[in-house]
Amino acid sequence: MSEVAARSPMGNRFRNPWRKPRILESFIWLYLAWSILPVAIAVLFSFNAGRSRSTWQGFSLRWYFKDPVLSVWHDPNLHTALFQTLRLAALTTIIAVPLGVAFAIGIDRWRGRIAATFNFQMLLSFVMPELIIGVTLLFVFANLLSFVHLGTKAQFLGLVTFQVSYPVIIVRARMLSIGKEYEEAAMDLGASPVQALRRVLLPLLYPAIFASAVLVFADVIDDFVIVRYLSSDASTEPMAVKIFNSARASPTPALNALATIMLTTSLLLIVLGYVGYRFSTRGERRGAGPGFGDFAAEL
Amino acid sequence: MLRTARRRRAKDGGVWYPRWFWPSFAAPGAVWLLVLFAVPFYVVLSVAFGTVDPIFRNPVPVWNPIQWYPGTFRDVLGQIFGTNAFLGPPFLRTFLYVAMASAICLLIAYPVAYYVARYAGRRRGMLLVLLIAPFWISYMMRMLAWVNLLGNDGLVNRSLTSLHLVGHPVAWLSGRPITVVLGLVYGYIPYMILPLFAGLDRIDTNLLEAARDLGANRARTFARVTLPLSKQAILAGMVIVALPMFGDYFTNDLLSGSPKTSMIGNLIDDSVGTPGQGTNAAVLVLILTVILIIPMLYYVSSTGRATRERSG
Repeated sequence: MSEVAARSPMGNRFRNPWRKPRILESFIWLYLAWSILPVAIAVLFSFNAGRSRSTWQGFSLRWYFKDPVLSVWHDPNLHTALFQTLRLAALTTIIAVPLGVAFAIGIDRWRGRIAATFNFQMLLSFVMPELIIGVTLLFVFANLLSFVHLGTKAQFLGLVTFQVSYPVIIVRARMLSIGKEYEEAAMDLGASPVQALRRVLLPLLYPAIFASAVLVFADVIDDFVIVRYLSSDASTEPMAVKIFNSARASPTPALNALATIMLTTSLLLIVLGYVGYRFSTRGERRGAGPGFGDFAAEL
Repeated sequence: MLRTARRRRAKDGGVWYPRWFWPSFAAPGAVWLLVLFAVPFYVVLSVAFGTVDPIFRNPVPVWNPIQWYPGTFRDVLGQIFGTNAFLGPPFLRTFLYVAMASAICLLIAYPVAYYVARYAGRRRGMLLVLLIAPFWISYMMRMLAWVNLLGNDGLVNRSLTSLHLVGHPVAWLSGRPITVVLGLVYGYIPYMILPLFAGLDRIDTNLLEAARDLGANRARTFARVTLPLSKQAILAGMVIVALPMFGDYFTNDLLSGSPKTSMIGNLIDDSVGTPGQGTNAAVLVLILTVILIIPMLYYVSSTGRATRERSG
């Protein structure tokens, strides 16, 4: 030990292997400040009484609903956008999650080259930049599937295409960590493969299904590229597109208010998701049980 | 008993269920992606090698590959590589910006992920929550926050002028490469922290202790053990941030909006919206796909390998 210490070129203070990494620690706090403060400031100014987004003029809820013309609630543009976002998020989640879960289960049991090709196709859709998917779909709806008109329908089809890989990846990861033992035990005890699937595997998959539903919903709220290309006019533009359109054109704090509502929706969702996750993993708790970190890891 | 069970299992899908039983689970998702993900690339090919309607200026796809017209493709390639290559700079710029932004992402994300994986202790859960928070905050909102801060009368300029660091407000939002690169870093860095954290967290601490026991100091342990073991995670993280950056145009539009900083994504977005330019957009999309196919295949094969390793 002393030999090691003597060989160390550093000073005394650095010889202690258990010393706290103070530089690293301050670095991470700086990082967190950089990553969260700008957004916190934007949220703060959504409560500004004046029109400025950089000078504080007192607290008010003017931009949420008090202002009769410009507030999120009264500006028809903004509240159409809000409902379009929520509608698309709900529709996409309802279709993409079952589609993805069934795909994950099917592809897990279906061996062979065709299955591998479809799996490859799914993984490729996961890493393909959204811009490419958005533009290709725009061409498809303009030239091939021209009976699908741009607007909610096209946006929904595009979003499911882009999102379906999330539940597949999450559910397959969970299936790998569960292993085959439980299902095999059920079948040894006389269950048919379908019974084993329904009574044993599916309940074990609930946390993953839940997590992927939360993820898909939140990701659609955040989506911008696909919904913008596939929107027909202002009435089908969701919140993210409205923010993009007016961010550089002298916006009022109503835009910040809209963004804050988006943020709150996502946060509510994640709290709900966490509660649901705790509930669906209640049988697996050891000691303190799965913490938020496990929920996050599931995502 | 065991033997019958095993025989039954060996048979499932054969006797108990028809052969199409399990494939039928996967079929809806597979067909969905076939129609709306795979086939669209053929449509883009047909548009890229198609013609333009002389009156309405909209692209007319040519479905038969034998009749494909390569003119537009050749023109665009000429605009990128030729003598009068006005599309060349945006292409070069894209590579430069993405390389810079992913390098900065790595320089920031690695220490952060390293700290949380090794030293966070009891605060680990809370730190993880804070680190994934940006995932739940809309990208547009995070960019809007910076548009507010960097405006001419924004907080950044006001702090700088009141500290007398600059005489008059800096126009951060009009065509400054540094704003665009830092915007990309800010937007995509959370996607890098998570794979890095997962990779660093998997490293067996016994290996690190062994290195220390054998006389390596901290720096050496890091350089000879931790860093090599996290190589996969670094590569995966780089690819996962670089891919969306290549397809990004909105960060650029919001934080610069100037042709001086435009990237491939901007070229595509601009031509999609311009009458008569649809064919060009299709060609550019094809070129971008070809550029990105190697990193995409790398990522897909590395996740496939990781899955096989985990399943044993």
